[in-house]
Parts: sequence; C-alpha cells; structure tokens
Amino acid sequence: MSLLATTDSSLLERAPVLLRDWLSGLLPPPARWVADALIEIVAILAVFGTLFAFLTLAERKILGRVQNRPGPNRTGWFGLLQPFADGIKMLTKEDIVPRAADPVLHFLAPVALIAFSLLTFSVIPYGRDLLAVRMDASVLFFFAAGSATELSVFMAGWSSHNKYSLFAAMRALAQLISYELPLLLSVVPVVLAAGTLSTAGVVAAQSGWTWGFIPHWHVFTPWGAAGFAIFMVSALAESNRSPFDLPEAESELIAGHLTEYSGFKYALFFMAEYFGMCALSGMAVTLFLGGWQAPIPGLGLVPSYAWFALKLLALIAGFMWVRATLPRLRIDQLTRLAWKFLVPLALVNLGTAAFWSLTFPWAGPLQLLRWALALALVVGPFLLLGRRLSAGLGARTYRYA
Amino acid sequence: MNTVLVIIALATLGTAAAAMSLRNLLHSVLLLTVSWAGVAAFYLWAGAEFVAFAQLLVYVGAISMAVLFAVLLTRHSRDDVAAPPASRSRACYAVVAGAAVAAVLVAAVALAPLASAPAPSPGVSVRQLGGELMGAHAASLLAVAVLLTVALIGAVVLAAGGPPENPGDVP
Repeated sequence: MSLLATTDSSLLERAPVLLRDWLSGLLPPPARWVADALIEIVAILAVFGTLFAFLTLAERKILGRVQNRPGPNRTGWFGLLQPFADGIKMLTKEDIVPRAADPVLHFLAPVALIAFSLLTFSVIPYGRDLLAVRMDASVLFFFAAGSATELSVFMAGWSSHNKYSLFAAMRALAQLISYELPLLLSVVPVVLAAGTLSTAGVVAAQSGWTWGFIPHWHVFTPWGAAGFAIFMVSALAESNRSPFDLPEAESELIAGHLTEYSGFKYALFFMAEYFGMCALSGMAVTLFLGGWQAPIPGLGLVPSYAWFALKLLALIAGFMWVRATLPRLRIDQLTRLAWKFLVPLALVNLGTAAFWSLTFPWAGPLQLLRWALALALVVGPFLLLGRRLSAGLGARTYRYA
Repeated sequence: MNTVLVIIALATLGTAAAAMSLRNLLHSVLLLTVSWAGVAAFYLWAGAEFVAFAQLLVYVGAISMAVLFAVLLTRHSRDDVAAPPASRSRACYAVVAGAAVAAVLVAAVALAPLASAPAPSPGVSVRQLGGELMGAHAASLLAVAVLLTVALIGAVVLAAGGPPENPGDVP
C-alpha cells in the first residue's frame, strides 16, 4: 500500500497536470476551464504532430534497413531533419484544383478528414491523469468520430471529377465499410467484460496481477488474444496500411482517390492516415494491453504515460514491420478476408467472451476446463474458417522468379 | 444556453431545407448528413451523449453511406440530376404519401404528453440505457434492425436493375 501511495504522489507522474494547473493558474478563475481545454488541445496537437513527423522518418528508415539500403540520411544527422524538409516542400508546392472539380468539396474533404481523426485523440487515456475528455460513452465516441472518415474519402473521390478517383473512392469505401464491422465486433467483448463504455473504466478493469506477475490485461485471456488479433488486422485495413493499402496504391492504382490532390492537401491526407494509425493503436493499447498500466508490479517510479508511449510505439513498429514484409492484397481477396473470415470469427469471439464471463466463479480444476473450452472456441473456428478460405489454393511453385 | 439550441436548430433545419432544394443529388446527400449531425449535436446539448454518438455512428457513418451508394449506383450519368415526376397522378400520389407521413408525425408530437415545466435531468447511465434497450424495448430495437436490412436489400434490388447488357461479362 505504501508503494501505491508513493506512485500516486510521484512527481513525474503528476508533472503534466501540475504544469497545466500552473499555466492556467496565471489566468483569472472564470477563464481557467477554457485555458485548461486549450492547453490539452495544444498538447495533443504538439505531441502527435511531432510523432507524425518522426514516424514518417522512422518508417522510411525501417523500410530502408529492411530492404538493405540506408534510407534518408542526407538532411541533418542521420536524416533527422528530413520531416521538416518534407513539410516545407509540401507547404510550398502548388495546390492544383482540376477545372471541372467541385471546389468546395475538394477543399472540405482533407479538412473534414483531419478534423475527425483529431477528435478521436480526445478520449484515449494517455496516463493515470491524462485524459482530455471524460465521458460515459467514450468508446462509442471514438468509433463514431472514426466512421466519419469514410465520408471524406467519398468527398475526395467524387469532387475530383475524375473517373479513376471515383472508382478508387468506391473501392476504398468497400474496404473501410467491410473492416468497420470486425473492428467494432472485436471491441464488443471488451465492453462486455469491463462492463463499461468509458475508456478510463476499461483501463481500470485491467488493473492488478495474478500471482503477482501476470497482468490482468485482456490480451492474456483467450477471447482477448483473438479479439486483439482481429482488431489489429482490421485496424491495418481501416488506416489504409499495407497489406491493405489499396486505396492509395501508388504504383498500380495511381494513389486512388488522392489522384487529383497535390501540395498541402495531399500532406493532410497523409497526416490523417498516420493520425488514424496512432489513434487505433492507442485504442488497441487501451482496450487490450492494459492502457497505461505497468506490466509488472514494483515499477511505480516509471510514470504511467511512459508505459502507454512504449506500448503505442511497439504497436506502430509492428505496423511498419508488416508493411515491410507482406505484399499488397487484391480487392476481392481483401473483402473476402473481412466477410468470410474476420466477421464470423469476431461473432464467435463474442460467444467466447460471454462464456468466459459466465464461468468467472469456476475455480480449481474447473479453471483448467474453462481455459480448455475457451481456447477450443477460439482455435477451432479459426482452423475451420481458415481451411475454407484457403481451399483450392495450393502452394505455389515459382520457376523463373 | 438557448442561443446554442437556436444555432443547432438553424443549422439542422437550414441544411435540411437546402438539401431539399438543391438539384445536385450528391450535394443533397452530403447536406442531409450535416443535418443528421445537427440532430446528434442537439442530443448532445440535451445531455443524452449515448444517443448522440449512436446517431452519429448510425446516420453519419452508415446511413449516409447507404444513401450515397444508392444514389451513385442508380444514376446512369454524372449529370443526371433529379428529374420531374413522370405524370401528374404520380406527383399527386407523392404529395399524398408525404402528407400522410407528416400528419402521423405531427399527430404523434401533438398528442405526446410533454411536461411544460423544466423537468430535472434524469441522469441515466449508459448501463441503465443498455438494460432498457435489451429488456423492455428489445422488440423496437429489432424492428429498427429489420427496417435497416430491408432498406439495404431494397437499395441492392434497385441498383441491380435490368438484365446485364453483355451476358458474357458476368463473372
């Protein structure tokens, strides 16, 4: 208990809140809540803006190393100034709007996209005390704000007045709508288990350790592991990341709905993609990986937001690794994966989670039976569906490649 | 507090009116989406955050997509704007159907027992709402789900249209 007390009063832990209170304390009391909100907004924008800049560099460096080349290394030390050079390039480029385009919608599409993807950051708990907006239904808010991105993809494709843009927008929509379903369905078991729709409540439900070292994170339960896998695959598709980056396959589909975009508007789309990846990874950390909780007890001196950042960066590194490893899917393979594999698995997983929470009182040898049954419910459908999905597809032999 | 309500109401009704009057169907759909978002803002203003986010998720996220797909799949050319009704009797039927729906809605609103004095906020939690929806009101929830499914199937039937122009092309 004394350990808990020291962690609660750790200066590093409270530093961001103390800084905010000191800054808003300089103002008269009526303006303080506005100042608090503004400081939180600026903090989120600054942190994730900087993260975006350096993630582009990290991604190019990692992809470069995977492909046995150095990556950007000419601007600054180890290419550290490359994001700023890119930013200046994007800002100074000419903004071209096609003559036949719908100018208002053409302008609104990237603005709406970036606005909605920024909204999702407001409900992720970054630390014990670091949550911008506390709401009862914040998980629902996250996905409601995220679903509005589909609208801006459509606006971008339609307003360009270019048939390839429109085709690509419809293809992107088919992908986004298909993967929205398993994404949401994989979140429902978490809400079921935690008994709350608030992100802070979900993190609180994952506190504590079994036998003093196994954290009560959702990913360490059978349904949680399956849900986490489904969530991450759907998140890859929702944020248009490889191997599901069909909406903007530069090499064969001329960047899809972004064909007619240039300059800073294009950069905004790019930025929204990274923001979406960060937000979905943050949500995955919150829902399945225990949020800001430390993995083992006794590490109370490390502030909670450091754990969150560590888990977030690990997931993003996973995204990059996947991009460097897997080839791009075709659109029919992509939708088949969603509708014939991920959606049924997510539905079965809902049943597994219900079984898990109904058998909560089982103890002793029954506990083993509980694990065995739940694992069978996860692995059995996975094998059956996977076999059906890959039926008729033998191992390929490449003779001349 | 009331100025916020007036702004929300004006935005909702204004975008809805503009959606009715525009000739470009796509612009109408997008404006209608803004109007639905205005309704969500109204729910948020009234303190019903769960309903507001559900409205946003269902209408702005899903229904708008269904409408957009229906419009795009049933139009034959890009400049195919809303056409005048084919005959006078058809226009009459449309007006009668619209008036009937409006009459039912107005009657429902007018006959509803509304408290005239400002009632205290009930302070319902999401958990209670979920219990109500899954318990007493499960039937209406299912009815809404069936309605959405029927609308989706109807859109597919409309979009499928006549026989394929070139039978050899069918995959």
